[in-house]
Amino acid sequence: MKIGLSSNGKDLDSTLDLRFGRCSYFIIYDIEKSDFESIENKGLTSEGGAGIAASQQLIDENVDVIITGKLGPNAFNIINKADIKVFKSEAISIKDAIEKYKKGELLELKESGPAHHGM
Amino acid sequence: MNIAVLSGKGGTGKTTVSTNLALALKSNYVDCDVEEPNGFLFLKPKIDEVEKVLVDYPYIDSNKCISCGSCVNACQFNALAKVNNDIMLFEKLCHSCGACEIACNHGALKYKKRKTGTIEKGKSKDINCARGVLDIGEPMAVPIINKLLDNLLEGLNIIDCPPGTSCNVVNALKYANGAILVTEPTKFGLHDLDMAVEVVKMFNIDYGIIINKDDGKENIIRKYCKENNIKIIGAIPYSKDIAEIYSKGEILYDDLNQKYIFDELAERIKKVIAWS
Repeated sequence: MKIGLSSNGKDLDSTLDLRFGRCSYFIIYDIEKSDFESIENKGLTSEGGAGIAASQQLIDENVDVIITGKLGPNAFNIINKADIKVFKSEAISIKDAIEKYKKGELLELKESGPAHHGM
Repeated sequence: MNIAVLSGKGGTGKTTVSTNLALALKSNYVDCDVEEPNGFLFLKPKIDEVEKVLVDYPYIDSNKCISCGSCVNACQFNALAKVNNDIMLFEKLCHSCGACEIACNHGALKYKKRKTGTIEKGKSKDINCARGVLDIGEPMAVPIINKLLDNLLEGLNIIDCPPGTSCNVVNALKYANGAILVTEPTKFGLHDLDMAVEVVKMFNIDYGIIINKDDGKENIIRKYCKENNIKIIGAIPYSKDIAEIYSKGEILYDDLNQKYIFDELAERIKKVIAWS
């Protein structure tokens, strides 16, 4: 099972970026293998539709779960349609966010935040 | 001949200058600040022509679409996404570029039209007035601005531009033979004026500055113009009377105590901007 986390940096000690579409990196964490990789967020450099570009990237990475701070309406619609579950986290380390998720301490995000929040 | 009125900073007086100068010069008034066109609040023209602005957007024929995702890869504006063997469309992000239609090898993608705004035309005090109005919730102003400026009348057009230095302003400047930059003697006014000057320079057209809310002193705007060798067309004084007339939605040019300001500016413009 793979988790996609919005991140300020490329490793597990980085801080979770509360913005989804405009975060710098995504950490893709594989729970079974306890392994991860980091990818640059394509949404960061897009002029518009950052949340859509970021969502498409995580869908193509076949993640089952996303952990972030907030989702805009467009990203929310895509991710909902892709049957990916989204959990809300504070700006803590990626490592801690994964631990909290494993313990079931993160709340599921069931509605979108306002548009253009991360601009 | 088309003169663009722009500012960088918002609220410096583009519309005040544009509406009153249009009356002083007996020119056409064109409001292309389509996100908030407020020139008509002052000129109050009788509108006798309303036209819809339509833009293209892709329509996917689900009988022909095999969800290959070629259209998603071709789109540079993130208007399409592929999810669970389905293509999702975000029509407001579409720039109508046509790439998705070309990329689709299955003839599943065609363009349809949808309305994103209107063009309104009318007359006020014997001058022709036109404006574009972007529909609420629509993000893209450029198609409205283009439609408005592609259909300019002959003669002199004063083009009231949007604030800032974004695509919308750059697009309006493409149609201009000269530019008036309206500013105010504040740090914000100066900062954004400097950016607007950089944009106008790219177009190689004559331009000059009008200082609004001017204190008449050797202020930061005058200093900037002197240092950068930029011509000052004139100034509108910092005055309670002017603010009062403006706040009632009235025209300064109709007030006998203010009319001369714009008559003088009109004369000066002809000396700063090559007249044709």
